[in-house]
Amino acid sequence: MSINPFTTIKEDVATSTQVADEVKTSTCYMCACRCGIRVYLKNGKVRFIEGNPDHPINKGVLCAKGSAGIMQHYSPARLTAPLLRVGERGEGKFKEISWEEALSIATGWLAKVRSTNPNQLAFFTGRDQSQSLTGWWSQQYGSINHAAHGGFCSVNMAAAGLYTIGGSFWEFGEVDWEHTRYFMMFGVAEDHDSNPIKMGLGKLKNRENTRFVSVNPVRTGYSAIADEWVGIRPGTDGLFVFSLIHELLKAEKIDWQYLVRYTNAHWLVIQEPGASDHGLFLRDRESTRPLCYDSASESLVDASSMNITPAFVGNYESAEGRKVVPAFQLFTERFLQAEYAPDAVADETGVSAEQIKGIAADLARVAFEEEIELDVKWTDSFGRQQDKMIGRPVAMHAMRGISAHSNGFHTCRAIHLLQILLGSIDVPGGFRYKPPFPKPIPPAQKPAGDTEKTNTPLGSMPLGFPAAPGDLRTRSDGSPQRIDKAFSWEYPLSIHGMMHMVIHNAWKADPYPIDTLFMYMANMAWNSSMNVPDTIRYLTDINEETGEYKIPRIIYSDAYYSETVPYADLILPDTTYLERWDCISLLDRPICDADGAADAIRQPVVPVDRNVRPFQDVLLELGARLGLPGMVRQDGTARFSDYADYIANHMRTDRLGPLAGWRGVNGESDLTGPANPDQLQHYIDNGCFWRHELTPSQRYYKFANRDYLDFAQKSGWIGSNAPIVLQLYSEPMQRFRLAAEGHGYYPPPLEHRERIKKYFDPLPLYYPPFSSTEDDTEEYPLHALSQRPMHMYHSWGSQNAWLRQITNVNYLHIHHDLALSLDLEDEDWAWLCSSHARVKVQIKRVHGVNPDTVWTWNAIGKRKGSWGLDEKAPESNQGFLLNHIISELLPPRTDGYRYSNSDPVTGQAAWFDLRVKLEKCRADECGQTEPQFDTLPAQKEAGTEQIVLRYGEELKDKATSTDSGNTLKEHREFVTHPENKADE
Amino acid sequence: MTCLPKTESRVKLGLVIDLDICVGCHACSTSCKEWNTSGHSAPLTDLDAYGEHPDGVWFNRVHSFEVTNESGESVSVNFPRSCLHCEKAPCVTVCPTGASYKREEDGIVLINADTCIGCKLCSWACPYGAREYDSDAGIMKKCTLCVDKIYNENLPEHSRVPACVSACPTGARNFGDLGDENSGVSKLVKERDGFELMPEQECLPVNRYLPPRKKQIQNEAKDGFLEYKVDSSENALLRWIDKALSR
Repeated sequence: MSINPFTTIKEDVATSTQVADEVKTSTCYMCACRCGIRVYLKNGKVRFIEGNPDHPINKGVLCAKGSAGIMQHYSPARLTAPLLRVGERGEGKFKEISWEEALSIATGWLAKVRSTNPNQLAFFTGRDQSQSLTGWWSQQYGSINHAAHGGFCSVNMAAAGLYTIGGSFWEFGEVDWEHTRYFMMFGVAEDHDSNPIKMGLGKLKNRENTRFVSVNPVRTGYSAIADEWVGIRPGTDGLFVFSLIHELLKAEKIDWQYLVRYTNAHWLVIQEPGASDHGLFLRDRESTRPLCYDSASESLVDASSMNITPAFVGNYESAEGRKVVPAFQLFTERFLQAEYAPDAVADETGVSAEQIKGIAADLARVAFEEEIELDVKWTDSFGRQQDKMIGRPVAMHAMRGISAHSNGFHTCRAIHLLQILLGSIDVPGGFRYKPPFPKPIPPAQKPAGDTEKTNTPLGSMPLGFPAAPGDLRTRSDGSPQRIDKAFSWEYPLSIHGMMHMVIHNAWKADPYPIDTLFMYMANMAWNSSMNVPDTIRYLTDINEETGEYKIPRIIYSDAYYSETVPYADLILPDTTYLERWDCISLLDRPICDADGAADAIRQPVVPVDRNVRPFQDVLLELGARLGLPGMVRQDGTARFSDYADYIANHMRTDRLGPLAGWRGVNGESDLTGPANPDQLQHYIDNGCFWRHELTPSQRYYKFANRDYLDFAQKSGWIGSNAPIVLQLYSEPMQRFRLAAEGHGYYPPPLEHRERIKKYFDPLPLYYPPFSSTEDDTEEYPLHALSQRPMHMYHSWGSQNAWLRQITNVNYLHIHHDLALSLDLEDEDWAWLCSSHARVKVQIKRVHGVNPDTVWTWNAIGKRKGSWGLDEKAPESNQGFLLNHIISELLPPRTDGYRYSNSDPVTGQAAWFDLRVKLEKCRADECGQTEPQFDTLPAQKEAGTEQIVLRYGEELKDKATSTDSGNTLKEHREFVTHPENKADE
Repeated sequence: MTCLPKTESRVKLGLVIDLDICVGCHACSTSCKEWNTSGHSAPLTDLDAYGEHPDGVWFNRVHSFEVTNESGESVSVNFPRSCLHCEKAPCVTVCPTGASYKREEDGIVLINADTCIGCKLCSWACPYGAREYDSDAGIMKKCTLCVDKIYNENLPEHSRVPACVSACPTGARNFGDLGDENSGVSKLVKERDGFELMPEQECLPVNRYLPPRKKQIQNEAKDGFLEYKVDSSENALLRWIDKALSR
């Protein structure tokens, strides 16, 4: 166009463009939050992704990751074809092979293992959300060596919750955002329940007289908008919570009525040290039901009976003359100890006594003086009609910062006990269960044991919930059955397995060697493992006797060229999340909310344009080729044509399948019923999700709400509608402790006994993180931890052209005072040293951090050559991982044995226990992070060129014929939180 | 030189951004980029996308930093920054070609890509740093307030707001007519003491920011710490032995 300089050309703005040829709904997978999305498609490309306003998780909003999905989908790091290793492990030399060849090779390896020793297959999956499929597959294959990534993620949260209240945070429960008046958040990983928490915080902050308290060593993100920031010392949250409980007990700010109705506070505990049942509940001989002391009748009665007046404290005698006390008395004795007084814990926690006392006073005031009532009638489990739902509007949420410590299980249990004491679990304004929780405490399912058979399925799924020593999976000498040592005496309640130990243990052949390691979507040669340098060695070491690798065969499936790909022998390339079917199942990690049950699907919104296949399709095909029961028909042909077929037609029991919506031949049945061949179409028609709303009478007090429990039983979520009693005192823990004292049929090996005795305390226990007692804390005075930026998910973010512009280097954030003492300025280089190793980092000074803590963003550092990035990428030159300096093992025991660097109860990886010191680099050391690793061969030749992305140029929206251009049209207004404006 | 509209636009569309609840998550940034890279000013080019110096065009950026407030305390701030659609927009008046202009009908400041010569005068003139030069295309780009989204009859109604607004998970971003004193956004500004950014620049920005609320301070005007009733478990035993609560 030529321009006449004397006239101003008026632009004809197209305001009603044709944006898309088609809009398809699906479920996001840019992190684990699982929001509903609407994907706009144009010319076969993705034009725009927005939140689905009807979806129960995100109600139309979408986070930074979700909106960057386009760049994830078109990432140059995508794998394009099955690969077979041709060079040495780690060299990254592969040849492309056909799917038929890939599947034949995999089937050959897997069939041989299955017919010799099925447990020599270790099948571990990462951040996928298809564990009900993968666990079932492993069960049918017959290997107990299966788990997903929970052991290095947040199993402490899950286990402590499930063993205390029958539910937990995130997928198990949520804050009553509508009613809470006091919200306390502990150490949160911001991709867990990402959008619901953000939406909830927005609501809280707009409500008058509502406070948000963040307990977190770091003041960024959510903590930045908190009314009160508690910059606690890492790993001491348990002590802080103990002190709050101590204060509440001293002031008698306790919901007695709640305790007596819904908890085991009044159950009598046998007090006969040395006896084989010391510390267990006194039970009626016939009914085996726990007993309590009824002060009205002055007798021992069934603790669950009605119209009794149970004692909370006191010394009583059983009919046989045995000494018993109510559980609450033991609880009181523990928490009233002077060592938990605010003044006594201030130094260790870094939180002043005044702040602790103030928070305790606030909790008590809000819980007991700002009680709320909902005018909703309900019936309790005992058939009593209640006119109102009484609420104590105090709610808590905790996540990674609690979980990733070696004392995380007990800390999380203490947080739940604090909520119980305040009577705020599943009441209006409190912390609420999401269906299908609460479950019986602990859930009934037991981990599968070694069948010692070939070509035979396991009796149950590999993972489960031990309630007593007999539920552990050990050999007759007490040694672990599983390769990861989960469910052994070393980590008895490792209910999510211990994926972080698999590579180490397999390399060391401890407890035994394996043949094939099969992994999906977990970057175990990089940011998902502790001690990356040695992990790489474990993957490449040769067994001198056989000449093979110590881990002879590795199969890996991922969609992207991660640091783990070069260490596999066979690569089964997966699709992106926009090219696949998935189901977000109630059998797995559901997306329910406290007011309703929900599940969802992903549907392919764009066709696959490479020679890749969805992993779940491949897994089912391998199952069929191996002839696994449930995956083949009687004639030996494949039972399911693909994953979509499985989602709709697989039956887990005679009435439950992967999806709960539109069951029955005509879609007439919700929750349970026969399979519906058209089920997926119903989901698509409904925006790719299903939700069943609970009636108002079912929404609170779910553990003792008859309507709810009846409904949950009918839905197949729980076996019985009996009330679920919150476990202040944990009898399963005591059973393990008794075994360690030599009682029962399953005594632990001698070398583990002291550890079990100490950590299997039936009441919450505070002990400093192991690093604070095992390391030389004078030598390593600082705590180091990482947090996840809200706009990145693990290692996935860096390949994303948009997200990596937001963050492509990770500084080590340190307090100004610390910087001053070490003569460090912003961007200076320093060595961050642990007792294990050191990593070179760049400094950024901040005020908003606990003065003894340093922190960085997680998983920004990348290995050169990986993820489709140029080797000059800042991620590989300045970006670093704390993983390099975290040992996967604790220091040796006196006999030399080294336990995993994990919580002794659950096996949760203790990432945040890390103790460090900081040393300024010499001038000649500055410029690049260390350690450095060999550059991985780039996927494509074009890797070193500067890439200009003009995404959208060809999709640019054109005006439509109806577009009226510049005339003024109606606009709509968007004001958030309008519900709160009315109050002001 | 380019003229501002002769008559001040009656409708003043803009954003009201709540700094009290912005957590700095960047949802607004990527949603904006995603919409606009195929929109009015497409593409929002990225340079060296997978290389050493990744850099691109963004209409909306979020800055997270620490400041010391009037009471001498350090606070963390998350601050989203985009075009404020000023009434006296210096980026318009400085434009030599008329490419940079303010719409009469709704006050949105836009750039006409056909007449922009990429001289960058507007980016020098804008005190807010809200202009984004696309060196690949050789022209200036900027926030369009999603002019191709907010009126778009091909979109469902819920979607007819700027991308940054519908994406924002905490609800920190509000959109509407700040020229109408009865609009929801105008009321919000009044209720919350919404402020103009850098008024001393006299650009009369349309967008407003809502300041962080006063923190709900612990125990404020309440009765102080808890009053102890027991001091030891022996003492508790005595007090609670007669506790009679029936199930």
